[in-house]
Amino acid sequence: MSTPLLSVRDLSVAFRTRSGAVQALRHVSFDLAPGEMLGIVGESGSGKSVTAFALLGLLDRAGRVTGGQALFGGQDLLRLGQGALNELRGAAMSIVFQNPRTALNPIRPVGVQIADVIARHDAGSPARLRARVLDSLRQMRIAEPERRAGAYPHELSGGMCQRIGIAMALACSPRLLIADEPTTGLDVTTQAAVMDVFRDAVRQGGVGSIFITHDLALASEYCDRILVMQSGEVVEDAPVAEIFSRARHPYTRRLLRSTPSSVDSIDALSPDEEPLPPAPPPSAIRVAPVLEVRGLCKGYAFARPRGVSNFWKPRDTAVLQAVDGVDMVIHPGEAVGLVGESGCGKSTLSRMINRLIAADAGEVLLQGEPIHRISPGRFAGMPARRQIQMVFQDPTESLNPRFSVFEAIADPVGQLLPHEGKAALRARVERAATQVGLPLALLPRYPHQLSGGQKARVGIARAMAVEPRLLVLDEPTSALDVSVQAVVLRLLTRLRREQGVAQLFVSHDLNVVRLLCDRIMVMYKGRVVETGTAEQVFNRPAHDYTRGLLAAIPRLRDHRPSEAE
Amino acid sequence: MGFLLRRLLGLVPALAGVVVVTFVLTHLLPGDPAVFFANSVTADAATIAAVRQKLGLDLPLWQQFFVYVGQLLHGDLGQAIGTGQPVAADLLQRLPASLELTLVAFAIALLVALPLGIAAALRPGSLLDHLCRVLSTAGVSLPTFVSGLLLIYFLYYQLGWAPEPIGRIDPFAIMPPRVTGLLLLDTLLAGDLEGFGMAARQIVLPAITMALFALAPLARMTRAAMLGVLSSEFIRTARANGLRRRKIILSYALRNALLPIVTTLGMIFSNMLGANVLVERVFAWPGVGSYALDSLISLDYAPVQGFMLVMAGIFVLVNLVIDLLYAVIDPRTGLLTHA
Amino acid sequence: MRERLLLLRYVLAENPVNLVALLLLAVLLGCATIGPSLVPYDPIATETAVALQPPSAQHWFGTDQLGRDVFSRVVVAARLDLAIAFAAVLLSMAVGAVAGAAMGYFRGPLDTIGSRTTDVLMAFPLFVLAMGMVAALGNSVSSVVYATAVINLPFYVRLARAEVSIRRSLGYIEAARVGGSGHARILRVFLLPNILPALVVQASVNLGWAVLNTAGLSFIGLGVRAPAPEWGIMVAEGAQFIVSGRWWIAACPGLALMLAVFCFNLLGDGLRDVVDPRTRT
Repeated sequence: MSTPLLSVRDLSVAFRTRSGAVQALRHVSFDLAPGEMLGIVGESGSGKSVTAFALLGLLDRAGRVTGGQALFGGQDLLRLGQGALNELRGAAMSIVFQNPRTALNPIRPVGVQIADVIARHDAGSPARLRARVLDSLRQMRIAEPERRAGAYPHELSGGMCQRIGIAMALACSPRLLIADEPTTGLDVTTQAAVMDVFRDAVRQGGVGSIFITHDLALASEYCDRILVMQSGEVVEDAPVAEIFSRARHPYTRRLLRSTPSSVDSIDALSPDEEPLPPAPPPSAIRVAPVLEVRGLCKGYAFARPRGVSNFWKPRDTAVLQAVDGVDMVIHPGEAVGLVGESGCGKSTLSRMINRLIAADAGEVLLQGEPIHRISPGRFAGMPARRQIQMVFQDPTESLNPRFSVFEAIADPVGQLLPHEGKAALRARVERAATQVGLPLALLPRYPHQLSGGQKARVGIARAMAVEPRLLVLDEPTSALDVSVQAVVLRLLTRLRREQGVAQLFVSHDLNVVRLLCDRIMVMYKGRVVETGTAEQVFNRPAHDYTRGLLAAIPRLRDHRPSEAE
Repeated sequence: MGFLLRRLLGLVPALAGVVVVTFVLTHLLPGDPAVFFANSVTADAATIAAVRQKLGLDLPLWQQFFVYVGQLLHGDLGQAIGTGQPVAADLLQRLPASLELTLVAFAIALLVALPLGIAAALRPGSLLDHLCRVLSTAGVSLPTFVSGLLLIYFLYYQLGWAPEPIGRIDPFAIMPPRVTGLLLLDTLLAGDLEGFGMAARQIVLPAITMALFALAPLARMTRAAMLGVLSSEFIRTARANGLRRRKIILSYALRNALLPIVTTLGMIFSNMLGANVLVERVFAWPGVGSYALDSLISLDYAPVQGFMLVMAGIFVLVNLVIDLLYAVIDPRTGLLTHA
Repeated sequence: MRERLLLLRYVLAENPVNLVALLLLAVLLGCATIGPSLVPYDPIATETAVALQPPSAQHWFGTDQLGRDVFSRVVVAARLDLAIAFAAVLLSMAVGAVAGAAMGYFRGPLDTIGSRTTDVLMAFPLFVLAMGMVAALGNSVSSVVYATAVINLPFYVRLARAEVSIRRSLGYIEAARVGGSGHARILRVFLLPNILPALVVQASVNLGWAVLNTAGLSFIGLGVRAPAPEWGIMVAEGAQFIVSGRWWIAACPGLALMLAVFCFNLLGDGLRDVVDPRTRT
């Protein structure tokens, strides 16, 4: 067995916080072979990023390494002073950070930032420096590298910024590269492109890399070995193939079963939970649709920037069509998925359906009644308002920090059903809380005292308390950990099956939508390019864009967990 | 260039508002100018009415406003009763004194506060840091006129280091030929080193008083800006790439920290222009501030009006310069276009 | 409630300077409220026989040119200065917060007009504007209050507008609209309470400015007039005696001014630590 590139033994890290010392890492041990890609997978709080920062000596001031060793190139990284570490950083070992835009200096051209790194470790003539910068940009498959080198981060897309980050990290040919959740915030197709570039560059240079992510499927697609972490400890350490066929730790197995791409139906997702009520059989009678949308359009005007010589000419305004003629029908008790990448118009569409913004053209019929002519402000005061409710993306941002859980759930009830009286209000709130599995003891608590999953439940309870016919969900689980997401998805399915509420599920995640929805609509640049049942869209996509989207989604490797476990 | 033009156009509504506000305020001022101009308390009603008509004060207010604007566009700021001169001439004559004081004070403040703030940010929790914080909090708390008086007491009365606070230059000295109006510059240009020394000695105390006033918020802002930048993510990336400390501080941190500092400079300059009035009163400095104050007390309003306009105008111009400076430093404003 | 007390203890322990600020505030408020009844001498009674005496056991801060006890005057002046400052800041916070919040929420023409007005106000060096206003409105306490309120207004308008702009697209605001709340209710129940902490931090700093402003105005003879005991007037009266070495007449009220403003600035810093967790280490 060849000597490992990096050998970590019993690494422990503690943080000083308001409530005392918190142990972030406990006896973390693993090896990394040269040229190997190791994936560290874990949910929030598992300590995966802390591991990376501890190895590079980048822990912030409240953190302290309390034990262990990390052997790299014959030296113990944890015992080195900042001076010695500084020599290694950027040259022998480097890191790619999570948020590409904020990781780059906003007022310095990106080419200069890469040149700074090269110049630091490997001084040369300016011409050589420039040539090396352009080379590294080309390696990242960036078109027109000469032009891009002079650009500022705000002029580049997220994916492009991340490629710059990777280029910077690889510029001095390190032996070890750590990537800390490098694809967070990127579209699925961009993520696939960036990951391909990353993998190729790493393979080409024979660089040993550590890939940190919360996405088990993504790790399984690109990594050779996977480390699973929970609460600061390593619970599983095995080659990719073994993880899926012979996962040893219960946490790993739970994680696997919570990953949407690993199961075929919502009932199979996270089966340790309470079983879901059966889906009601499709009725033979044609029921009137809850929502009908015809030809909905919305455009945003923006002034095109122009040069100095055009100063005196009248302003040239262009219109960006966010939504360009969309039709949709939702029947009672049905779940429809609206899928697309960022900028496709799905958020605008969902807000028009929800009557938060007014459409430019088109019709919206709620239970047969046209509501598109009523302005959003007036609609808020009408009794029909309670028929469509919404669940929002970020559980933390969607709760008023000054409202207790009870007040948050009771607020729409009090506004939309004012005639009901206090006792009825209380009963409704408690019923909604119980429906979503929120313990009544949590009702007097405030949002900052709740966990992410609990906050998500409060958001759902708040929407369900007025018993709407249609629930519009705008990426309700994208900000949640995988295991929490599985629970919330099952909850939504239960609500639909028991209460008969229709759901419009807006998301960028095809895997989740596949499990949850009966029908799927794919949106691209303001238009619906594909619509059909979940099975149809997934297995027999008609449109090229859908095909491209499906190809880009990371899937768990073919080793599925056996049902016997 | 287009950027500059757009900014200049954007100034117009602000300047218009300034003119309106100044006009309204001075017309609310108590005392009847017509009585004054009639030059006699015992003048009878007919004379006063005649004077009022001559001055155009019997016209409705909005008409007076248009007359006023017309005068402004001709550069006519009215007549000062006290000096008997046109206000514009008076202001022009006294402006250099105030400008000199403000500029010297600004320079002192920058030279002391910026390094202090940066050094304090680089060594958080150290003695220097605490000193900086205490000094700046205390400095912000001390009123200008109190610090001026205290400085006079300690440095002039007790220690005898500073000269008597009676103005810009010893009354028996010969003034250098007026080129810019700034004594320090003029004496140098005339080769009059002794005069330069005298002018410098006289300006030290008032300049330090004013500088103290600007020093505190500037040091605070510099420290806060540096700390803020040093804890941002791109600094972490720079550290992760092994860049040397000096490089990080100079090329990465300092430049980015300049942005919030530059925006504060405008605010600080505005406060200094206001503090001008107080400092000139304490040190008997013959600038526009004391001119306006004296006129106000003797119920002579045209100079006050002119003073307010000029101060606002200077401030608007300074803001424009600062905006341009900001746009040059920060490429995100789109002034300099790239790929 | 218990959590608030724990937080208070944490903030005090974190930075002992905050404790100093609270103590100073208590002293100031004490002077303002019960001070006038506790002072040894009548602040406006003149007694020329003991004029211009340096600090001594009978007169802790000495006497001024009319024989008045400086210490008593300094303590009694606290009431006037603090009352003016609090009144002005409360007024400008109330008006500025509502105006700024409406501007940030509704945008459109309201925002444009409001922003232009604020720009005009901020185009003047603030002290100059205050001078002009007090001169125009006449020398009285109320005109000082109004002038100070007006020159502090732009800060609240800008702050409220910025804070509301950040929050107006957050989930809970949209949830409130979906939940049947009209715009007025959203501003009142959801937005204003959430921007209050930032406004309070600004207010504590502005209290310091207001005190400085009032004192500065009376120093040059505008606003509050003699013989009312007010720190600025006292410094002005004492200014002429500094050059002859009689420092206590101007220095003592000056020290009081400095302590008051210092206290408010420290409070502002301490509050900022509590309110904005990002500045906390």
